Amino acid sequence: MTFSSKSETMIEFRDVHKYYGEYHALRGINASIKAGEFFSLLGPSGCGKTTLLRTVAGFEGISSGAVMVDGRDMADVPPNHRPTNMVFQSYAIFPHLTVEENVGFGLRKDPRSKEEKAREVGKTLELVGLTGFGKRAAHALSGGQRQRVALARALILKPKVLLLDEPLSALDKKIREQMQVELIKLQREVGITFVLVTHDQEEALVMSDRIAVMFDGEIAQMDEPERLYRKPASQRVANFIGTMNFLPTRILSDGARVATEVQGLGLVEVDASQVSGAATAGQPVVGFRPETLTILYEGQQATDREAWATVREVVYYGDMTYYDVVIDGTDRELRLSMRNVFGRPVLDIGTRTRVGWSPGALVLFR
Amino acid sequence: MKFPALKTYTVAYLLFLYAPILLLPIFAFNDSKIIAFPLQGFTTGWFRMMWADDALFKALRNSLIVGISTSIMATTLGIFAARASTRYAFPGKAAGLGLIMLPMVLPEMIMSMSMLVVFLAIGIPLNLFTIILGHVLVCTPFAVAILTSAFQSLDKSLEEAAQDLGEGPFSTFWRVILPLVMPGIISSALITFTISLDEFIIAFFLGGTETTLSVYIFGQFRFPARVPSIMALGTILVCLSIALLTTAEYFRRRGIARTGAKDTGGFL
Amino acid sequence: MTNPNRTRLWRSEGASGLTLISPPLIYAVLMLAAPLATMAVYSVFTDGYLTIEPILTAQNYIDTWTDVLYRSVMLRSLLVSVFVTAATVILAYPVAYFVSFNVDPSKKSMWLFLITIPFWTSYLIRVFMWKVILGYNGVINSGLKALHIIDQPLGWLNYNVGAMVLTLAHAYAPFAILPIYVALEKIDRSLMEAGQDLGETRWTTFLRVTLPLSMPGVIAAVLIVFIPTIGDYVTPNLIGGGKIPMIANAIEKLMLKADNKPLGSAIAISAMLIVGLVSVLFLFLNRRFMRGQR
Repeated sequence: MTFSSKSETMIEFRDVHKYYGEYHALRGINASIKAGEFFSLLGPSGCGKTTLLRTVAGFEGISSGAVMVDGRDMADVPPNHRPTNMVFQSYAIFPHLTVEENVGFGLRKDPRSKEEKAREVGKTLELVGLTGFGKRAAHALSGGQRQRVALARALILKPKVLLLDEPLSALDKKIREQMQVELIKLQREVGITFVLVTHDQEEALVMSDRIAVMFDGEIAQMDEPERLYRKPASQRVANFIGTMNFLPTRILSDGARVATEVQGLGLVEVDASQVSGAATAGQPVVGFRPETLTILYEGQQATDREAWATVREVVYYGDMTYYDVVIDGTDRELRLSMRNVFGRPVLDIGTRTRVGWSPGALVLFR
Repeated sequence: MKFPALKTYTVAYLLFLYAPILLLPIFAFNDSKIIAFPLQGFTTGWFRMMWADDALFKALRNSLIVGISTSIMATTLGIFAARASTRYAFPGKAAGLGLIMLPMVLPEMIMSMSMLVVFLAIGIPLNLFTIILGHVLVCTPFAVAILTSAFQSLDKSLEEAAQDLGEGPFSTFWRVILPLVMPGIISSALITFTISLDEFIIAFFLGGTETTLSVYIFGQFRFPARVPSIMALGTILVCLSIALLTTAEYFRRRGIARTGAKDTGGFL
Repeated sequence: MTNPNRTRLWRSEGASGLTLISPPLIYAVLMLAAPLATMAVYSVFTDGYLTIEPILTAQNYIDTWTDVLYRSVMLRSLLVSVFVTAATVILAYPVAYFVSFNVDPSKKSMWLFLITIPFWTSYLIRVFMWKVILGYNGVINSGLKALHIIDQPLGWLNYNVGAMVLTLAHAYAPFAILPIYVALEKIDRSLMEAGQDLGETRWTTFLRVTLPLSMPGVIAAVLIVFIPTIGDYVTPNLIGGGKIPMIANAIEKLMLKADNKPLGSAIAISAMLIVGLVSVLFLFLNRRFMRGQR
């Protein structure tokens, strides 16, 4: 088996538009997915992520633009002739067939002998951890097992791209987390390009090489998970990915260094690289993640700057404690997360405390 | 919420439903020409009398020809309509389906008379073929209803999965859809057959000189002396339709078990 | 915005749909729409001796709606159908309720099966059995006589509208039970618990929660029973002894025995209009109930 290197483009969307009657479901999607990449389409329901995935599989036509797979325009290629395979959200396991027959379903036109095909089915079942399940009736499987059958059935055809439509959403939390890890391993093992659709930001962050965040039929940001988390392209993206605190801001001067006055934090100068896209309400805000705020216990020095705050709410998680604090001079509760360390008490509600923060961790939305 | 009196009521209601059917065998074996109490003793004579009538077997043969043809044609038409209605959007869908389903709510007398008028006007001779034409019209809506629910319980992604795995539209239908709706097809065939067998008005008016089983039975009602042998025939028919229904129900349930859907009960 | 791809896909879907539906649709057009249209045309033609004259006239409709004979047939048909429908639906409701609420879920299909069996046995024989049961020397009269409860047969049992209503109510019973049952099954059980939790008794919960929510099923049952009843032919013929004709019997008589096809067609079309009107009325009611629930 040879696989193309990561630099090659496997899927390319060129200004893809899709209308359902008057409804504009996809509004000019431009993106390219590299060969061998684990790529996620992330967004709230109704944002067009599933539609976009289905244009690659061929189940949705597009209104204008082009979808290219491996350098070929897919416009006139029906689903059964595309080099892609799909794991459906409902898994779509054929209920009248056994596990083996399901996995071997796509091999009908394969010229190999029956024995070779059977061996291939066995090998693929082993790959997904279902050895010995071949003779089972499909409807007698658990959710996790169905998902593995769906994976095996698609992978056995050695597609150039594997499309996964919310494959984990029907599973319990425990099995879901386990399957996330298995999927990553599997993807590394087979080296096929994976395109995953999910509404679960955590799942996307854990699994993907790159993520496209979609809102209202448009890609709002396309980046590696860490960059997506560190520097969201807009306040809306920031709100969707993890938790972010926001404080209203006034911009005093522009340039390579941007001078601002932040409510409660005073005068702050940030680097131009920290300036990001639109604030939701139009008024500039600075955003920062809970872990960039720290509680300063007595005798501790701030590494950067500090402010006085009051604890309003304490949520204890065992390894972590989340505090909602209000910094003097503001009216907003800010979420702060602290790793619990032996010998350091958890603060009570109402406690006055110093909190440390750092201008370098801020993102400015304007 | 339980209302205990309901069970008593329901049992009484079932007795009312079954009363005529339960009386059938009683009088079929009763040694009297009059259908009345008190009972006069056991006999199998009425069954022999029924069996001796050649007209019955001719009517039965006709009914089988009509029933089987109707069942095949109505189910085939039903597959087309059910597939179109569950899978495709197209202009005039509601109106088209409405027309196909209309015979369900039209009095059979009106349908048979309007067909009769046309057949007479263009000179089509009345025989078994014209009965079949009428029965297919009446049975198709039932086939469509049964098959639509069979096609509906199919997850659309199963079809997409088959296409995704390399099958074209025809082989997808053959390898995935047909096996999954087969129980629905069988139960549609059985039920349309039963309806055709039982149908009287169309068979009576569109049959010309040909007699089906129901027309034969209706004819026998005029002769009081033949009534006990009709009881015997009725007993046999009831047993047959219970057997047919049980088979249909068996296939329906197997279909539900196979697609893993929830049993909603009933044919209608 | 031009989008060749989209129109092509849509066109192909619409085309496949139309191709698929065309065999049953063409059949319905040829065997149903065309004959009904022919009948509609006949109904405004004039009846001649052995022929039908293509002279437009409204006389057939005037006769249908003014002639005492036809008007009484129409009224009787309506009355019988209304009685049958009311009796069937009211008697069926508790049965549907019992199966839906009081029967163990695993046994529900068995009960439904039991209820549907009589419906699938020969309609003719079932109707005839009622004639035998209710007859002057029939099962009930002879039974009561044998038990010395009566001396003379009860004359009011047979050959009247009441006997026809009983027979038809028996014939269409499952038609009423099934739609009500389906509507009851759809009701979220916690709604009833909520009703009781909010201080209603079982009976008032039924009146304020269950009954309104099951109305779509009741309306469907009304339609499903009413429509075939009004066009029934066998029951007036056998149970009514041919002396209490309903619409279907009148149509048959005019079309065949009297060979007055225009008048027969006018009556048939009028009957269809009545059925259509009642159906539309109830469908409208149903829509209002459905809207109330959304």
